[in-house]
This record gives sequence, structure tokens and C-alpha cells, in this order.
Amino acid sequence: MPKIIRNRRIVDDGWRLLDADALLAPGEDGFVPEIPAGDVVAPVGLWRARRDELTGRPGRIGVLLAGHDEPEAIAPALAMLSLVAVRFDKFSDGRGYSLARLLRERHGWRGELRATGDVARDQLLYLERCGFDSFELREGEDAQAALAAFAELSEQYQVSATAPRPLFRRRAA
Amino acid sequence: MYRYDPIDQRLVDARVAQFRDQTRRYLAGELEEEEFKALRLRNGLYLQRHAPMLRVAIPYGLLSSLQLRKLAHVARRYDRGYGHFSTRQNVQFNWPRLEDVPDILAELATVQMHAIQTSGNTIRNITCDHFAGVAPDEVVDPLVWCELLRQWSTFHPEFAYLPRKFKIAVSGSPADRAASLVHDIGLAALMGTDPDSKESGSVPGFRVAAGGGLGRTPIVGHVIREFLPWRHLLSYLEAILRVYNRYGRRDSLHKARLKILVKARGPEAFAREVEAEWSHLRNGPATLTQQDVQRIEARFSKPGTDPDLTAEHAEFTLKKMRSVPGFAAWERRNVHPHRLPGYAVVTLSLKKTGVPPGDVTAGQMEAIADLAERYSFGELRVTHEQNLVFADVARGDLPALWQALRAQGLATPNIGLLTNIISCPGGDFCSLANARSIPVAESIQRRFEDLDYLFDIGELDLNISGCMNACGHHHVGHIGILGVDKNGSEFYQLEIGGSQGARAALGRVLGPALRAAEVPDAIERLIEVYLEQRDSEAERFVDVVRRIGSEPFRERVYAKDHPESADRRRRLAVA
Repeated sequence: MPKIIRNRRIVDDGWRLLDADALLAPGEDGFVPEIPAGDVVAPVGLWRARRDELTGRPGRIGVLLAGHDEPEAIAPALAMLSLVAVRFDKFSDGRGYSLARLLRERHGWRGELRATGDVARDQLLYLERCGFDSFELREGEDAQAALAAFAELSEQYQVSATAPRPLFRRRAA
Repeated sequence: MYRYDPIDQRLVDARVAQFRDQTRRYLAGELEEEEFKALRLRNGLYLQRHAPMLRVAIPYGLLSSLQLRKLAHVARRYDRGYGHFSTRQNVQFNWPRLEDVPDILAELATVQMHAIQTSGNTIRNITCDHFAGVAPDEVVDPLVWCELLRQWSTFHPEFAYLPRKFKIAVSGSPADRAASLVHDIGLAALMGTDPDSKESGSVPGFRVAAGGGLGRTPIVGHVIREFLPWRHLLSYLEAILRVYNRYGRRDSLHKARLKILVKARGPEAFAREVEAEWSHLRNGPATLTQQDVQRIEARFSKPGTDPDLTAEHAEFTLKKMRSVPGFAAWERRNVHPHRLPGYAVVTLSLKKTGVPPGDVTAGQMEAIADLAERYSFGELRVTHEQNLVFADVARGDLPALWQALRAQGLATPNIGLLTNIISCPGGDFCSLANARSIPVAESIQRRFEDLDYLFDIGELDLNISGCMNACGHHHVGHIGILGVDKNGSEFYQLEIGGSQGARAALGRVLGPALRAAEVPDAIERLIEVYLEQRDSEAERFVDVVRRIGSEPFRERVYAKDHPESADRRRRLAVA
């Protein structure tokens, strides 16, 4: 089973990412394939198109967003979800950091928030501060070594998903 | 200046350890080139023409004698004995070794300095008016707000991978000496009313301009909010940055700055988008309170607050000194009024002919550190015009300070004049440059060496950039010079009519680019037209350009049959 980092620990990952292309077009038999049972992550397009089937099946549901997606695309349905994943096509594309904060701080998402795609050690700390709590590292990353990144900077000045009060106010206390 | 508390210090120390490990992993082959690039840039490290270039942050331009001595030590031990002050109030070292950079950063951390976010697609060093807190025309002292912004922007987790770099400048006076309108965000601190506040009367706040910038698409920023009460500073900026981070273009390096987004949306629509985002953040946890601000304020040292009782005697000495050759000229150009009687503000010119603009040797740094201790409470500032400032000098000390600065070659009386040239390092150092800047600056300085002539020409900003990235701010020079590459040769394009400050304007290209050897003549011709056309000495070069347009200047510069042409050819031949 593939490994991920969740809450700063390396754990097995039981989620299965659905192939939107395969599940949105009819197969050779002329029928759109059935969505498998179990814990599945649906790209947001698939979620939109086949939501009732997804929710009507046994197993938990996650939705995968891209950096350019609006959180409103899933906000009304968050109660039905068990995982939200955000894909980073390139580590240098920082849109997912804002998306995470919006999901956590504006839309009240309390469940698992996963960073996936081009995710590596040196992004983990800021990703976590923006609200991600699980990380599917890209191929070739040493997950054990990457855990050290969370402790690299002990404090933060700003308000963020993990720091509801800014440092300047905590200093006063 | 602001003094770190233990948390500030821990963070800077932790950053050094983090970068040391990243450098180790890179050198061990565990970190890809592209990824290390993103990491080293946010620690101020470029790989340049000859060697790495390390850009050290000088937050909003404030520097102590202790810190300057450390910079001198770094220059001597890890570099070639000098440093370069940049237009972003930072200091750059051009010759460190990559392997040494973690050690350099560790040394800097011992004096509360760092290179955090001096490059990369991050919020960069906050810049400020170099006369902040001492200028008589100041409405609001911007320094405490700069420090709040420094803390807020440092390691901001959401805005660490922006579409492109992001520059914020803060000014507290109507003159806008921070060139705030050519920054991604320009904040003009002023007094106003906060409709939601219990505070009676007017409160400090900011006029917010967004989407300004130089570079290859120069744009003067648009005011998107006339008055932002101080309490909302951080939450409102967070809203701007979030809109930019989410919607700024990421498909093209050259279209990724905030100015392109503001232009595409239209300033009004962009402002509405920011307000909509802000409506969620307003009055949230990032809202500032009096205590927050006072706590930061209390960590600022406060030099120059004792009224000088010997002021009368000082004026008597100064009067006598004015007959000493050189002193009066220096006092006229390099000494500026202070808000307190008995004090003066002094600019140390880093624009002596023959020295690259902004360059200072380790020996000079140490001498300056000593002088700052003796004459200005151990503090100094870096200006975006690449000079240094002693902000709190007792007027009675001016003669002694002048003599000491002269001995160091730092008393050239040219502040505000043509030879106070802003120049990027250019093709001699920078791998982005299309042409060299420093030799052109020097050739112009040599042409205008005559002080009487220079003073007669009066106020004139001449800025040089070696490529269209415009680090030398050529767009906002009264005369701007841009180095361009034409089939592998260096050429220089002239612009006139630009200006910084509250009336920020972009210069317009005069005509075809010139060869380096032709530039001093062209400048001389521009000056001739100006001197012929000005209605009085009070009318500056840029005022004449505004009044009569650029055509008479263009005609003169490109005239083939100009009486001076023959003489000019002769001189070129000699050169």
C-alpha cells in the first residue's frame, strides 16, 4: 500500500484516485463504466458529473481540486466528503496554498486536506501552515527525511490555518 | 531602529540552519537544480556572471553601526572587500562562494540581519522613505508600519510561491521619497477618519496604490483605496495578495506581475475584487490593536529626540564655515532639514566619479560605522538612490562630519544633481544585463565634473539600467538611459520626462539608441536645450520637458549639422 504523511506521521494510504477520463466517457461497450466501491477520490469534474452515483455507493468520497479551481465548487457539499485533495502541477504554482486557507478558514473544512502532485520536502512546512494535514509526496522523495521539514521554523508571525492568532497578539500574552 | 526580541532572533537563526541543510542537500545531489534555485533565491542568492551574488536585506533601509561593521567583515572575509548598495535599500555581495553562504548568513544573524526573501517570487524587502521619522514634511512616521509589514511578510506561508516577485513601499510624506507609485503596492501614510473607530478625530492610515512597477512594462500604480485605517493594514494587504496569488498570470514570466493583473481587470474592477475578498478578512484576527502597534514601537530605538541646546552656537560656527571652500556646496546639496531644531539630516554620496554608484569598500564601511556612532546615534539609512544617510546629526557637528566624510570620499556635493546617478551593476556583473551601466555612468560624471556647471543645471535625476528589467529605475529618471543589445553590440536608449515621487511619471523614448561613446554628448545637448529654454533657475529640467515637450530635445540630440558636431567627432576620435 502506498505511503503518505498524515499529521506528521508516515501511514498507509487506502484512497484510490479515480480516472476521470475513463469514467466520464462511454467505453467500448457503449456504457459509461460503473464507479468502483471503496474509498475513492474523484477529480472535481467527475464529482460534478456523477455525484449521485458517487454518494450512492458503499465507501467514502474525496474530491480532487486543481490550483485554479474555486472552493465554491465543493463548498456546499463538504458534509458529504471525507477528503479534499489539492493537486500541485508544479511546486512553484502557489495557488493551492490560498485554496487550502479558504477551505479551512472560510468554508470550515475540518476533514483531511491533502496536498498531492509536485509536493516535496521543502514545501511541507508552509503547506501545513495553510491547512494541509496530509501529503502525498512525489516520486523519489524520502518521506522519513521529509518529516524534519515540519520543525524547521518554530514560530510564525502571521495568522494562518494553524495559527488563529498572529504572533504579535500571542507575544502580548 | 527595531531591535529583535528572542522570537525574531530564533526565526532568523532557524532560517540559517534550514538553508545550511538545503545547501548541503544540493551539493550532495539530493536536491534538483530548479528546486534549489527557488530555495536559494528566497535566501537572496543568485548565480551570476562571475560568481554567486548574495543580496542581504536591509529592512526599510535602516542599518546600525554594528551591522555595517559586520557587512565590512563579510566583504573582506568572503568577498573582494566591497559591497554594493542597491535601489531596493539592500546590499549585494558579488563574489561569495556558494559553500560559504550558510556561514555568511550565520554571521549576519548575529547582528539581526538576514537575506530572507530578497529574491524569488515572494514578498520582498519592504522599502521606505529614507528620511522617515525625521523629515519636516512628514505626516505619519512610516517606520513602525514597515516593521509590522516586515514581520507579516516574513515566511508568509500562503504567499511563498507567488506568480512573481512582489514589492511594497511605504511613504509618510506628500513628497513620496519612497517612489511608492512604482511598486506592486505603494502605501502613502496619512491622517484620516475611520468611520468604524471609537477613536475621535483623525487616525493614521494609508492611501493604497496597486499595480505600479518598472521593468519591461512600466506602469504608475493606481489608487485602489483612498484611506485604509491603520487597524486594517495587514488584513487588507492579505486580500490584495490573495487575489494576486490566485488570479495573477502564471503562464508567462513577463506577464506575471501584479501590474498586468490590475491592467487586465481594470483598476476599479480589481479594487472591487480586493474589497470583496477583504470583506471576509476585515475585523478578523489580523486586525491590529493599539497594544500591538505600541509593542513594536517600544522596540525601536529613538535617536535624536533631545533638543540641542547649543543650536545657537552651531549656527554661528556654520556661518563661518561657509567661507571654507567646498563646505557651502556640500551643505547646500547633502544636508537636509530635520524636524527637530538643532539637528540636520546628512546624505553620504556614494556617487563619487570613478566609483561604481552604490559601491562601498570594507574600509569605508568601517569608517562610516565609526562616524555614525560619533555623529548620528550609531544608525544610518540606505536610500533607493544608492546613497547613505545619517538621520540625526547635531548641526554643530556638521563641519567635523564634513571633513571626516571628505577624507573618505563620501562628501561629493551632488545629491539631487545630475551626477548623483542611479545605476544598476549592469553587464560588468549581472547576467541579465544587455549592456554595461557603470562605465556609462562614469563617462557622464566625467563630462559634468565642473561643480559650478553642475550646480547651475540644478536638480536632475539621471538613472541608468543595463536592461529592461529596470533595476536602475531609468523610467523615472528625468533623464533615463537603458542599455540595449543590437546584434551583439551595446547601445543606449535615452528617455526624458520621467519622475519619481508624488508626481510619478514615466519617461518617453527620445529616439534611436546611441553608442556608449555618444552618450555624454547627447546628455550635454539635452542640458544645452534645457538651459536655453528654462524661464528661471527654479524651473528644473523635467519641468521644461513637461512644458515644451520632447521634440526640441530630440532635434538637438540627433542633429547632424549641429555646430558642436565637428568638435564632438574630434573628441570621439581622441577617445
